[in-house]
Amino acid sequence: MSDYSTPLRRARGLGSAKTGVGHFIGQRVSAVALLLLAPWALWSGYRLAGHGYETANAWLGRPTHAALLILLVLAGFYHGQLGVRVIIEDYIGPGLTRTALLILNIFVAAAVATLAVVCILGVALGSGTV
Amino acid sequence: MADSSRPIGVRPLSPHLQVWRWHVTLAASILHRAAGVAIYFGILILAGWVLALHAGVQAFAAYTGALASTPGLVVLFLITLALLFHLANGVRHLVWDVGFGFAPKTADATAWGAFAFALVANVGLWLALAASGKI
Repeated sequence: MSDYSTPLRRARGLGSAKTGVGHFIGQRVSAVALLLLAPWALWSGYRLAGHGYETANAWLGRPTHAALLILLVLAGFYHGQLGVRVIIEDYIGPGLTRTALLILNIFVAAAVATLAVVCILGVALGSGTV
Repeated sequence: MADSSRPIGVRPLSPHLQVWRWHVTLAASILHRAAGVAIYFGILILAGWVLALHAGVQAFAAYTGALASTPGLVVLFLITLALLFHLANGVRHLVWDVGFGFAPKTADATAWGAFAFALVANVGLWLALAASGKI
């Protein structure tokens, strides 16, 4: 993450010594995005509940729905990965376990998010197997 | 502040839950984190849903069938509860970030408000699902 801290903060020597500002801002920006996307997801889930494959397939075939769902997956896994990172940093002391968990956390989020986006695009572009 | 007897490089971990007196703002803080973890499982379930949809009609029927089972519905009910609470409490955090709502009485009231919103909205959502015959 790039350095978002201001020149004044660096001049005063206050604030995060490392990359905390990037984490802080990324966490808030994804939070605001999810404040819009999560209610949409709940509403969509409500509409799709009780319907079958055809309805879900047609729903995801709409470009707006596919785009919003991709944004939800990306913002959701990004935000979730930041949160899980803080939990690991809070409760696991320094050492190999902590490092391994921090890397695993990023890999799981990146892998599942990418897989989900590929599947969304596949269905949206009509290559879903029937 | 810093414990001078602590060896260099050993940094303190978060305080453990039992050292704090129980309070509604404490409950909101802890449950915000717990809800976040629950929602992480929720987004994994969502990822599974798009994988199943992509895999085809049989996989999708099996997946949504599992979600519509009683254990599946209980899990989904708890995840939507967690999501609604995390959303409301997240707004509380964003308001704090711009500098408002720190007075103890305000913080208490907004914590209760976040709990109330989550309960009412979630029960409303699931009553609507049941009333419309979707579940």
